[in-house]
Amino acid sequence: MKKLIAWFDERIPMTKTWNIHLAQYPAPKNFNFWYIFGVLAMLVLVNQILTGVWLTMNYVPSAEGAFASVEYIMRDIDYGWLLRYMHSTGASAFFVVVYLHMFRGMMYGSYQKPRELLWVFGMLIFLVLMAEAFMGYLLPWGQMSYWGAQVIISLFGAIPFIGDDLTLWIRGDYVISGATLNRFFALHVIALPLVLVILVFLHIVALHEVGSNNPEGIDIKKKKGSVAEEDKAKFKFHERFTKKYDIVDAFPFFPYYVVKDLVGIGIFLFAFCYVIFFAPAMGGLFLEPPNFEAANPLKTPEHIAPVWYFTPFYAILRAVPDKLLGVILMFGAIAALFVLPWLDRGKVRSIRYRSGFHKLNLTVFAISFVALGYLGLKPATEIYTLFARIFTFLYFAFFVLLFFYSKNENTKPVPERITK
Amino acid sequence: MKQFLKTTLLVAATVWSVAGFAAGPTVPLDEAKVDLHDKASLQRGAQLFMNYCLGCHSMQYQRYQRTFNDLGIPDDLGMENLQFTGDKVGDLITNTMSAESAGAWFGTAAPDLTLVARVRGADWIYTYLRSFYVDESRPFGVNNTVFPNVGMPHVLQELQGVPSKTTEQRMIDGEMQDVYVGLKTDGSGMLSADEYDQAMLDLTSFLVYTGEPMLLEQRRMGWYVFGFLLVFTLFAWLLKREFFKDVK
Repeated sequence: MKKLIAWFDERIPMTKTWNIHLAQYPAPKNFNFWYIFGVLAMLVLVNQILTGVWLTMNYVPSAEGAFASVEYIMRDIDYGWLLRYMHSTGASAFFVVVYLHMFRGMMYGSYQKPRELLWVFGMLIFLVLMAEAFMGYLLPWGQMSYWGAQVIISLFGAIPFIGDDLTLWIRGDYVISGATLNRFFALHVIALPLVLVILVFLHIVALHEVGSNNPEGIDIKKKKGSVAEEDKAKFKFHERFTKKYDIVDAFPFFPYYVVKDLVGIGIFLFAFCYVIFFAPAMGGLFLEPPNFEAANPLKTPEHIAPVWYFTPFYAILRAVPDKLLGVILMFGAIAALFVLPWLDRGKVRSIRYRSGFHKLNLTVFAISFVALGYLGLKPATEIYTLFARIFTFLYFAFFVLLFFYSKNENTKPVPERITK
Repeated sequence: MKQFLKTTLLVAATVWSVAGFAAGPTVPLDEAKVDLHDKASLQRGAQLFMNYCLGCHSMQYQRYQRTFNDLGIPDDLGMENLQFTGDKVGDLITNTMSAESAGAWFGTAAPDLTLVARVRGADWIYTYLRSFYVDESRPFGVNNTVFPNVGMPHVLQELQGVPSKTTEQRMIDGEMQDVYVGLKTDGSGMLSADEYDQAMLDLTSFLVYTGEPMLLEQRRMGWYVFGFLLVFTLFAWLLKREFFKDVK
C-alpha cells in the first residue's frame, strides 16, 4: 500500500493535495450551524449530476416525446420515480442551501477583503445555477414548463433594439418549440453543468488560498512570529500555511470537520428524504400541479408562477410598472449582490461586532427577500403589488444604506482571538 | 435584538394578514376520503373508468398490466373484463378517439386522465363527478357547478339519475325566498345517492392511484430510509463526539 501511494506521489501530487486541502488544512475552530451549507451544496450538486445522468438514459428530448418519457421514467423504469424525485427535490434543495450559504456570507462578512473573488465566484455559481434550473424546468414539457419559460424568455424582449431578435435567438423559433427544448436540453445536461463544476472548483481553490472566515470574522492566520508557541493551534498544518503564518484557534478540516459535517449531512438528509418520499410536490412548490399536464401552446394557464426559488426576483420584476425598468431592476437585484464586497466599505466582518443599524439593515433585507419570494408566488393584485414595491425598495435600500454608513460605522471592538 | 424581533414579527404579521384575503371565489369542495390500500374500491373504480370514461378519455401513460398487478387483478381476468382497447396486457391504456373528432363533437379534445388527480386534486374530482345538473342552455343539456360550461355530457346519468339544482322556500328578512340548497337527483338512476357517492369515491381513488401508481411503494421505502438515516446520524454523531474529545 505504501509503495503504491509512493508510486502515485512521484507522478501526481496525491498525498500533497490531500494534506493541503483536507488533512492539514487549518479550519477555524468556531464554525457553527451556518457553515454546513457549503458542504450540503456540494452534496446536492453530486446528487444532481448522478441522478441527472441516469434520467438522461430514458428521457426523450423532443416536444412529442418529452412529457411521455418523464411519465415512462416515473412508471416503467425500476426506481425511476426515485431518480426523478431526487433530481426535482435536489433542484429546490440546491437553492435552499445556496440561499442560506449566501446569507451566512453576508452575516459574517465573508465577502470582505481578501475574499472578494471568492464571493464573485460564488455569485457566478448562483447565476449559472439559475440558468441551469430554468432550463431544466422546461424539460418535463408540462404546462408550467412551457408557459414559465415563455414568460422568462419574453423578458429579454424588453431590451431596446435587439430584444426581439434576442428572444428569437434564444428560442430558436418564433414560439417555444421542440427546437427550444433541444437546445435547453443540451445546455442543461452538458454546457452548464460543466461550467458549474469548473466554477465550484475555482470557488474552493479561492477559498483555500485565502482561508475560511468564521462567525467571529477574526483571522486565524497571524503574522509569523507574533504568536507565542503555547498559543499556536496544537495540530500539524501544511507548511504552505505555516511558512508564512502562525495558525491559531484552528484544527485540520479532516477528520474534525468531516465527521462534524457527517452529522449535519444526516440531519439534512432527513428533511431531503422526507420531501422525496412523502411530499415530492411539496404542496405544489417544488412540482407545480399544472406541470402534470402536457405543454399546450394554445392553452394559457390561469396563473403563471415561476418555481419558488425565482419568485423573489419575479416579484421585483412585477413590482415595476415599466417592463424594461422591471427587467433592469430584476437583474440589478443580482448585480448588487455581485458588487457587495465593494459596497461594504467596513473593516469589521462579523455581524457580532457591527453596529445596531447594520444588524437592522441586514434583518430587513432578509425579511424583504423572503417576503418578495412569497409575493412572487401570488397573483399580482393591487395590495400585493404595493407590498412588492415596498419590499423591492427595502431590498435595494440595504445596499445603498450599507455603502454610506459602512465607511464610518460605529462598530464594537473586535477581539484578537477566537475566545470560544 | 428585541428591535429586530419586533420588526420581523410586525412585517410578517402584515404580510400574512393581507394574504388571508386573497383566496379566490371557488365552489367549496367535498373531501374525498381516498384510501389507496382499499383494493376493492380501486378495482370498482377501474371498472367504472374502463366502462364509462375510457371511451373519450385516454390514460395513455399507464399500462393495463401495471394496473392489474397493483390492484390485485389476475391478468386473464383483467384482460377479459377490463381491457377494451389494445390487445396485449402490457399495452398503454389508450383509446381510439382522435383529437380532431373530439374537437368536432365536444368543441375540445377530451383530456388524458392519467395525471388528472395531480393536476386538480382528489377533492376536486370527487366533487366534480357529483356536481352535474340539468341546464337546457348547454349543448348536452347539463352543466357543472365545479366546472362551469363543461364540454362533456353527464355520462354517469344512468347511475345517478337526472340531477338538478334545487331550491327551498326559506324565511329571510321576514320574506319567503327561494334559496339554492344543492343538487338533487330525480331518482331515476341505478344507484341511490349514497351508492353513487361511494362509486364516485371509488373512481376518484382509482384516478389518484393512476396519478401516482408508485405512491405506496414510495412511502414504504421512505420509512426504511428514515430508519437508515437514524442509525447513520447516530453513529456520525458518536464519531464526531469521539473525535472532538481531542479539541475540547
